[in-house]
Amino acid sequence: MTRSVVVWFPDWPVIAAGVAADVPAAVFHANRVVACSEAARQSGVRRGLRRREAQAGCPELVVLPLDRDTEVRAFEPVVALLEQICPRVEITRPGLVAFAARGPSRYFGGDDALSRHVLANVPGPCRVGVADDAFAAGLAARSADSAGGYLVIAPGESAAFLAPMSVDALDRPELADLLRRLGIRTLGEFAALPAPRVLARFGPEGAALHRRARGEGIRPLETRTPPVDLAVQAELDPPAERVDVAAFTAKALADRLQHELRSRALMCSGIVIEAETEHGERLERVWRHDGQLTAAGVAERVRWQLDGWLNGSAASRPTGGISLLRLVPEEIHADQGRQPAFWGGTTLADERAARGLARLQGVLGPDAVRMPVLVGGRGPGERVALVPWGDAKPATVGAPWPGAVPAPAPAVVHGEPPPADVVDAAGATVTVTGRAMVSAAPTRVRIGRGRWADIEAWAGPWPADERWWDPPAHRRRARLQIVAATGAAYLLVVEGGRWWVEATYD
Amino acid sequence: MVGIDDLSRRVAPVALAAERQLPLRRDLRGRLPALRRGTVVEVQGLGATSLALALAAGPSAAGAWVAAVALPSLGVVAAAETGIVLDRFVLVDPPADQAVTVVAALVDSVEVVLVGPGVVGTRDARRLAARIRERGSVVVSVAPWPDRAELRMRGVRNRWDGIGSGYGHVRSRHLVVELDGRAAAGARRSIDLVLDDSAEQRPT
Repeated sequence: MTRSVVVWFPDWPVIAAGVAADVPAAVFHANRVVACSEAARQSGVRRGLRRREAQAGCPELVVLPLDRDTEVRAFEPVVALLEQICPRVEITRPGLVAFAARGPSRYFGGDDALSRHVLANVPGPCRVGVADDAFAAGLAARSADSAGGYLVIAPGESAAFLAPMSVDALDRPELADLLRRLGIRTLGEFAALPAPRVLARFGPEGAALHRRARGEGIRPLETRTPPVDLAVQAELDPPAERVDVAAFTAKALADRLQHELRSRALMCSGIVIEAETEHGERLERVWRHDGQLTAAGVAERVRWQLDGWLNGSAASRPTGGISLLRLVPEEIHADQGRQPAFWGGTTLADERAARGLARLQGVLGPDAVRMPVLVGGRGPGERVALVPWGDAKPATVGAPWPGAVPAPAPAVVHGEPPPADVVDAAGATVTVTGRAMVSAAPTRVRIGRGRWADIEAWAGPWPADERWWDPPAHRRRARLQIVAATGAAYLLVVEGGRWWVEATYD
Repeated sequence: MVGIDDLSRRVAPVALAAERQLPLRRDLRGRLPALRRGTVVEVQGLGATSLALALAAGPSAAGAWVAAVALPSLGVVAAAETGIVLDRFVLVDPPADQAVTVVAALVDSVEVVLVGPGVVGTRDARRLAARIRERGSVVVSVAPWPDRAELRMRGVRNRWDGIGSGYGHVRSRHLVVELDGRAAAGARRSIDLVLDDSAEQRPT
């Protein structure tokens, strides 16, 4: 439990987007407010509000999308500045950093002097909190007076400071909900519970949070030093110039680290990510996580760090590609197991599948293993987007699209539709008029160069006049469902007078 | 507050591992033999793809993962409609020379593997059989399986409902399926299935 200083930039996503504090703006993700500027807050915009509600309260609200990469990039110079005050800065996420207080405090002559120095030298509205451990310091930073403020909790006063705070401060909404229903509303009440009972009821994670609420911080490091160096590294040959190439290697590296730690029953809650270019430039950052760092979390942080570095300002950008990546786990402690959630959550089957699929991707490349997502569209092929497994999924569109062929959907959708011929009783090709009516009832169909088959039943047409406002992308098509005498059913599409088999109801 | 449908979606039973059988979709229970873990099911004939998807829907809804190998023209919307949970569904397109290794790797990781045509040869099929039996996964082959599959299904007759001469739309199909193989209780038999009935199958 080291005395820590936490520097917090409220609304960092909005600041990173370059919006002034007096302009009401909010960053949205999944249609909900993630961060908003001070001016927006005064108009009643809060985190978690839906976009409509936010705009209703504040019509001139500037809407910004969530852009993690810009946040990270914009935060790099701030971290560089803080590194001049204390050489080892731990980043929790863009906008929130922590570092040990003892050395800098002695250098600057006290915690108050240190806080004032930080506030004076770091640009942008930030708040500083100093306390016996990082959790209390973070809450102290949040409780400090508005921008330009700092709060120092004297040594030993953490428990008293934390006691009146609500259980929401633990940042575990499900646990907070449960505690409230049990009648525990403040951290003080939670801390008053006997520790063995908390461990029995909530598991090791709950016990860790209980210690935090008492102001005891994370359990101190095991005094034994790890017998073997658990760092993993990978050399990139040729050096990676782009972030996503390096990030892909980082994912494999993170998996290896996870495996190394797991096989020794260890977990780490901090990690040092070292990146080195072919010209010898190095960037080393310490990342800390609240709970436990999973392989995906590590890979994400590598991506953030490299993004901030490779795409940063011209002064700090490296001159070569990344040739070496090294991950060193920190804050290693014994793995006390994870209590699987009672409701859903990840199951053993999910973990087994995740490991196997990630390994397959490592062998075949990320595009070989894909997950489908339902997006909007009319034809059965257009309604699906395939995303490489592990990537962020685009938002699913649930609402039906007008003009879509009704359910059930065909089981086989041809990637390259074979041509077809559809003729009426007189032998002329069937067409669909501009008024969405067939020229004549279709009687015979032929797929490709196959045999002619009689049509037993047919339905349609479903016209689709798409993107008429965009001449290059304009498509006029119509779809028909056909049941042939063989018993097979097809979804045929006509475009420009020619027929194709879009899908088969196999 | 957690809504009821939210809750039902999140409650995923973890107990599948203990069962020797994978559950079938409700409308197929009793009509088709249960999917025994560690076996291969061969589906051919009319409606093969839909039948394979319907077989995979039961385990998927119960929390299993489904992978489709070498089925580039699989209709994903149809898969979602039969009840396969898209959060636990992956499509893998390996190059031809690595296809068998990929199938083996998937047999290790997921519970149900749908395999397309031309992936596995006779010798590979026998080697895979041991692995499939040991891992307890189910392989559903939408193509002739070179080895003897424990359960073989073939769609022989098909009738579509809901569509007429210029009106209606494809609604449901009556499929006559012939069952064969050790898992089909020995005797060959035919059953009448109603598939693609949107009112029943669509997830709520």
